[in-house]
Amino acid sequence: MWERIYRMLVKEFIQVLRDPRMKALIFVMPVIQLIMFGYAVTTDVDHIKTAVCDLDKSPQSRALIERFTASGYFTVVDSTDRPERLGELLDRGQATIGIQINHGFAEDLKSGRQAAIQTIVDGTDSNTGTVAMDYAQRITQEFSRARVGPGELDQLAPPQTEPIELRSRAWFNPDLKSRYFNVPGVIAVVVLLISLLLTAMAIVREREIGTMEQLMVTPIRSFELILGKTLPFVLISFIDVLVVTAIGISWFNVPIHGSLALLLFGAGLYLMSTIGIGLFISTISQTQQQALMSSFFFYLPAVLLSGFMFPISNMPEPAQWLTYLNPLRYFLVIIRDIFLKGSGWDILWPQFAALAVLGTALLTMSSLRFKKRMA
Amino acid sequence: MSDIALAVSGLGRAFGEMWAVRGLDLEVQRGEIFGLVGPDGAGKTTTMRMLTGILAASEGQATVAGFSIHDDAEAIKARISYMSQRFGLYGDLTVEENLRFYADLYEVPRRDREPLEEKLLGFSNLTPFRKRQARNLSGGMKQKLGLACALIHKPEILFLDEPTNGVDPVSRRDFWRILYAMLKKGVTIFVSTAYLDEAERCSRVGLMHRGRLIRCDTPQKLKEGLPGQLLELETGQPRDAREALAAQLGSSRVSLFGGMLHLYTEDAAEAEQIRAILQQAGIAVLAEKIITPTLEDVFIHWVTRDDAEAAA
Repeated sequence: MWERIYRMLVKEFIQVLRDPRMKALIFVMPVIQLIMFGYAVTTDVDHIKTAVCDLDKSPQSRALIERFTASGYFTVVDSTDRPERLGELLDRGQATIGIQINHGFAEDLKSGRQAAIQTIVDGTDSNTGTVAMDYAQRITQEFSRARVGPGELDQLAPPQTEPIELRSRAWFNPDLKSRYFNVPGVIAVVVLLISLLLTAMAIVREREIGTMEQLMVTPIRSFELILGKTLPFVLISFIDVLVVTAIGISWFNVPIHGSLALLLFGAGLYLMSTIGIGLFISTISQTQQQALMSSFFFYLPAVLLSGFMFPISNMPEPAQWLTYLNPLRYFLVIIRDIFLKGSGWDILWPQFAALAVLGTALLTMSSLRFKKRMA
Repeated sequence: MSDIALAVSGLGRAFGEMWAVRGLDLEVQRGEIFGLVGPDGAGKTTTMRMLTGILAASEGQATVAGFSIHDDAEAIKARISYMSQRFGLYGDLTVEENLRFYADLYEVPRRDREPLEEKLLGFSNLTPFRKRQARNLSGGMKQKLGLACALIHKPEILFLDEPTNGVDPVSRRDFWRILYAMLKKGVTIFVSTAYLDEAERCSRVGLMHRGRLIRCDTPQKLKEGLPGQLLELETGQPRDAREALAAQLGSSRVSLFGGMLHLYTEDAAEAEQIRAILQQAGIAVLAEKIITPTLEDVFIHWVTRDDAEAAA
């Protein structure tokens, strides 16, 4: 029995390693994805393209603009004397935010009147827009506080300082680097894609080239066939977990505070689900195209409804219920918590339990569907 | 061990409303080579798949090597080999690796393996190509490798589904040489084929059409059993003659073999009628003789008649 499974495994590895495209898919794609998410896909907002229209041209107005650029969040791409120009730049997408300081800004400040500046933000990308407005407000507030000495405060209306000051500290990721959040997530997503696709495709390919029919007439047992066709991809997925983790830690300096062993155990439970789904897809697909389409039909919603990029708590309630069926949801919590918080079994056991239940159910269901017979 | 390799009664399989095979009764003796012929879509592959235990039968019974296809499909699988129409070789594995993989699946003991491997490779003239990936083999070599893989565990019964389809004549001869050698060793062979010259080599032939077995006998008896006579006519204008006859008798009765016309005649009166038709058309008959039908004639005759009955 083990001999047969072992032979299937060896055969599968020979086939994978002999196919240069397959090798690339398995070992290069995860690294490329990781690099993409590590560098390019960042939700951190800085270097916002800024257009300035300073009509006041006073030391005070220049000082305010200086504050904007010194923060690092804003980069002035254009300075103009025509207020209409700001609109044009926004329309063409050459600037994300326009700042207009009207004539009399310095006068107002000196005489203790409320001075106003105007900002226009391109809200097309709502996330960047909100963040840019937020930054602009904070910088202006700090500027006004510094300009107006504490003694002069009472003369100003409305008061520019709050009775309660909020001082926030971010734990686990003090600099709020999106990379620290993304890299562990990428591991989960890459493993999902690799294990799902490889399992579904490998079985359907045998059906397509006719070897499945040939295997069915051998005395190999159903479970030997299933194990022989899935174990290789479990192993490959583990290798991918290790490779991507190693690059994440060594190249992107993502800290790993928790136990690697616990992470691998979680990956094992997670793979039960993804392989189970891959196996299921192989039982409903006749051709590799069908398997590919079905895989993506599962993959995209699974990624969207997992909390990988969009927080689950922001989703409408029915969508939130759906996420409970999504293995990625649980593994994301496990992998991020182990990486960033160093959480252990005592905290993560509900996620482990959910993955175990989901994985067992999916594997059982697919194995029962997978018959050593033709339809 | 019983002398009967295959016993089939009332076997049938439906796909939805369509019966691919229905009411199949058949018995094959051990050591026999049984040929299944029939046009495409006759139900040959479906029959093979039911007998090899990979397709559930909708009705009827069958025992293969003494085991029921319903209850003991797995026991059957250990004793038979099945080479499907497109034998599933792994194109990215070498000749040797393919052979070994099947040996592993059938759990052929290690010590038996090497001499057997050598013999099968030698037999099929594949020894020089043992390190070549299967996808780089020619069509004929692929089929021979498929056969070698099917024989690695010394099956009692060998099922072959159109094994020589699209294979060159030399490889086909090699292929049949191996089959005969197996037959000598007592292996039962159940082969479907589209080549009627191959059917001639079988000890018995079953003719399948529209899911049913319409004739089943030795090639000799099948030919003798053709009613009436087969008339071969030589004329100066074979094409014109064919058209004239087809217009009167129906196109299925007349076939052109080279410059000769083959015609079935039920009796002497009909032969007379034929001469009259040709005379009317102004075509002279240069020679005329009664010939022994080939299996092809037999095949065409029964299939046409079965179609005519179905249409009626």
